[in-house]
Amino acid sequence: MSTVTCPECEAQIELEAGTEVGEIIVCSDCGVDLEVTALEPATIQLAPMEQEDWGE
Amino acid sequence: MQRRLKLGVLFSRVRVEEKWIFGAMEKRGIDYDRLDDRAIHFDLNDPKPWQGYDAVLERSISYNSGLYALRLLNAFGVPTVNTASVAEICGDKLMTSAALARDGVPQPHNATAFTPEAALEAIEAFGYPVVLKPVVGSWGRLLAKINDRDAAEAVLEHKATLGSAQHSVFYVQEFIEKPGRDIRVVVIGERVLTAMYRKSEHWITNTARGGEGELCPLTPEIEELSLRAAKSVGGGVLAIDLVEHPERGLIVNEINHTMEFHTMQPLSGIDIAGEIVEFVVSASKSKMQNAE
Repeated sequence: MSTVTCPECEAQIELEAGTEVGEIIVCSDCGVDLEVTALEPATIQLAPMEQEDWGE
Repeated sequence: MQRRLKLGVLFSRVRVEEKWIFGAMEKRGIDYDRLDDRAIHFDLNDPKPWQGYDAVLERSISYNSGLYALRLLNAFGVPTVNTASVAEICGDKLMTSAALARDGVPQPHNATAFTPEAALEAIEAFGYPVVLKPVVGSWGRLLAKINDRDAAEAVLEHKATLGSAQHSVFYVQEFIEKPGRDIRVVVIGERVLTAMYRKSEHWITNTARGGEGELCPLTPEIEELSLRAAKSVGGGVLAIDLVEHPERGLIVNEINHTMEFHTMQPLSGIDIAGEIVEFVVSASKSKMQNAE
């Protein structure tokens, strides 16, 4: 189990098993969207803001 | 000796749909690359690295990135799901409406104008309420229900002043008193896979906006209309959004070419990710060559 630190509020977040690079997780403390950027070791950064042309 | 199939999956972020798709690739033992659209670049003088793919599945969140990548891949001769042509049509509501109109597929009454003054004229001709939609956009964002002339003038001015040039392509649509739901239908190739109601008290029923999913039984009418709509925009892996019009019955509202299915897959029990992967394999170069 990898633990990362929220860059916004410094909460300790445990990554669930099966987490993938590129996945968005939500900080359980401050609610910010975070992107998983690496797994070994685990790193995260603030997820990019939604753009106008995003969608399905 | 036959070369091993090589696929690519173009993506922006790994949502649950991409996880399921990657899982379906791995379950089938398919050799594939994850292509993050924020990290890749295309050298137009050197298409070879891209031509190594037998097919690429496009799952970008960014419409622009996905569309231009598809255009380049298709120009390099790489089959894609969906094709650039389908993305061009489905990613632009006006292009979708034009295709449906050409083929006589029932859809809401729409009008288009290029200045606020002409748009206001079109809106007044419809009568209130009407809906203004951006031609490019998703997840129910920036839709405006216009109840009277004051609102029309305000929203049109805001769009013309604050929006990009694209927001001055005014797309006006009749407001449909739908029964608190619309219907999303998944079509892959020639097959209708499943359908669900998207229910909401709000007039915008997208699940991205809090609408709830409920399985919708497939009827011959839903299947026939969805297949006609899919064919009209070029076919592939598509989510057809139908609306129950109080007077005209089922009509086609929108078509999505990089659909989300995190609600539909568990609801229907259908392995939509697996079906998508099978479709990409069937569209790949080696499959096409074997068929020749």
